[in-house]
Amino acid sequence: MNLFVGRNGKKNGQAAPSSPPPIIDMRGLRKVYDTGAIQVEALRGIELVVQPREFVAIVGPSGSGKSTLLNIVGCLDVPSEGSYRLDGEEVAELDLDELADIRNRKVGFVFQSFNLLPQITAYENVEMPLLFKGAGARERRERVGWLFEQVGLADRMRHKPTELSGGQMQRVAIARALACEPALILADEPTGNLDTSSGQDIMSLFEQLAEKGHTLVLITHDAALARRTRRIVRLQDGLIVEDGPVSRAA
Amino acid sequence: MAIRNYLRQFLRDVRAQKLRLFLTVFGIVWGTAAVTLLLAFGEGLQKRVVRAQKGLGDAIVIAWPMRTTKPWEGLPRGRNLRMTEADVAALRSEVEEIDRISEEYARNRGRVGWGRKALSADIAGANTEFGEMRSLVPQEGGRWFNEQDLAERRRVVFLGDQLKRDLLGEGAEAVGESVRLDGTPFLVIGVLQTKDQDSSYSGRDKDKVFIPSTTFKAIYGPEEIDNFIFQVLDPLKVADAKRKVTETAARLHRFDPTDEEAIQMWDTTEGMKFLTTFFIAFRTFLGVVGALTLVVGGIGVSNIMNVAVEERTKEIGIKMALGARRRYVIGQFLFETLTITLAGGLLGFLTSWAICAVFPQLGLEDYVGTPVISAQVAGITTLVLGGIGLVAGYFPARTAASLRPVEALKM
Ligand SMILES: Nc1ncnc2c1ncn2[C@@H]1O[C@H](COP(=O)(O)OP(=O)(O)OP(=O)(O)O)[C@@H](O)[C@H]1O
Ligand SMILES: [Mg+2]
Repeated sequence: MNLFVGRNGKKNGQAAPSSPPPIIDMRGLRKVYDTGAIQVEALRGIELVVQPREFVAIVGPSGSGKSTLLNIVGCLDVPSEGSYRLDGEEVAELDLDELADIRNRKVGFVFQSFNLLPQITAYENVEMPLLFKGAGARERRERVGWLFEQVGLADRMRHKPTELSGGQMQRVAIARALACEPALILADEPTGNLDTSSGQDIMSLFEQLAEKGHTLVLITHDAALARRTRRIVRLQDGLIVEDGPVSRAA
Repeated sequence: MAIRNYLRQFLRDVRAQKLRLFLTVFGIVWGTAAVTLLLAFGEGLQKRVVRAQKGLGDAIVIAWPMRTTKPWEGLPRGRNLRMTEADVAALRSEVEEIDRISEEYARNRGRVGWGRKALSADIAGANTEFGEMRSLVPQEGGRWFNEQDLAERRRVVFLGDQLKRDLLGEGAEAVGESVRLDGTPFLVIGVLQTKDQDSSYSGRDKDKVFIPSTTFKAIYGPEEIDNFIFQVLDPLKVADAKRKVTETAARLHRFDPTDEEAIQMWDTTEGMKFLTTFFIAFRTFLGVVGALTLVVGGIGVSNIMNVAVEERTKEIGIKMALGARRRYVIGQFLFETLTITLAGGLLGFLTSWAICAVFPQLGLEDYVGTPVISAQVAGITTLVLGGIGLVAGYFPARTAASLRPVEALKM
């Protein structure tokens, strides 16, 4: 088929002045873990631009810095050096509460281990970001109901996470990530804890989301899954060694 | 964030952490109940003991003429001191500190009869002021002796309440009845109102009979009084009065005015002073025990909150990843601690209150008094516990809330 280089048809980082800012705009980004005796340089100068509606896979060997990068993208962690603009906003200048608000409104995070709160129902898990946002009862009810329909779990809303299968849990987590209509959806090996068929389902869900115009960045070890995105970024030793569109014809 | 969201969150946590919640609340209930009950019983006991102490008489001095212990103006020591009503009259006029005084005659194991019934009882002779000094309050319809009874040596008698019950029966009306004292008929003019009495010098008043001292002298004929009692209303003047009593008696009976053992005196105000000091110590002790209980309870709460924060770091991480602000995370823990503490304090207070309400039915009041709960104590207890809980909850929560989400999530 044809090549996909972002929906706006421009090359990365070269959006027309009239178009919206990139969702992710990283320049010279470094991350050093200081563990006392030794310093680990997990990211050593990342340059990454992701435009709205892109669907990106991050791949690379274990320890190459994929999770570190995604955590910084999702404002769960802060870079040691360099600039990161999320949806046009310089993240380094934000305080803790502003970062919390960014995570709440702009980012939806999907984890390998789901990270659902086990004591409360699936419904309440999905409702939580809306509570933090301060949404009213009616808005929450309608939004959560709609989200469960989107992920095909309307009949499981009142179940506890422990009463759901891995694939179902991950779908609840995706519904939760979508709750506040984020500008960016991030997923760190979302299929890593799932069997092949559940993994396929989750991947299809991501494809649908991308189809609808969401911006998605996900980490995966699975080359076949990575090829179902539209752009692959390869990390090695804390550096991007390869970055290009996926050839659907292959 | 609205308080409703905290509450919603709290109720979810309650569902999830039933055991921990139970333990926390139990710790606070225990601490509050222990402190309030300890202090309640302390106060009840004090009231009971003080009331019983006053049963003998409120701040009186009981004096017994003994024998001299020092030689004086050529007279040897060891002379018996014999005092009479004339001495009492002299003391009344010469020792101005004395507000009331009465001689007392005593006859042990007299025969008290009514109809065909007869009992053995101690008989005392006293004057009009004796009744008030010794808290001998008549039941309704009765009275103590008056001046005429004494002046005319009337054969009237005031009965102890127990003796009246034993002799005439529980329900019978005694006033107006005629009883025999060692064969002589006496008119009953009053029956003692039941009172608590812990101390005595000649048997409990409830078992005794009292007749006017003039009548006593006329019938039994003693010259010598057995003892006398006097009352000094100003507590600061009691010591002076006692000294002057000895000096006056020394002058009248020619003994050394510094011979304090010639007249033995029992000053019940000293007992009160001792009791006051004792109860200050006693309640301080209870307070310290209570405070320690609270500290232990507080450590328990702090422990539980610490564990709670530690165990929930992951949960906090998830919430932060979803956009919870620091204030929300801290607020959640403070809200929980406050709710738990207030609920526990209230429950502890209600427990104590219930125990105090049921207590009178156990029939132990005569021994330990009625426990009195003070809302102040309960309030302070709850506040202290709440403070400890808040402090214990706040710092770990703040630590957790200042973690970077990635770190918290790794837990
Ligand atoms: N908290 C930390 N403290 C110290 N070093 C860390 C920390 N987190 C990650 N690292 C190090 O940073 C480097 C990158 O780790 P990262 O988790 O980003 O790798 P990854 O690409 O996600 O690997 P994997 O595929 O196994 O998940 C590794 O060398 C790792 O040991
Ligand atoms: Mg990783």
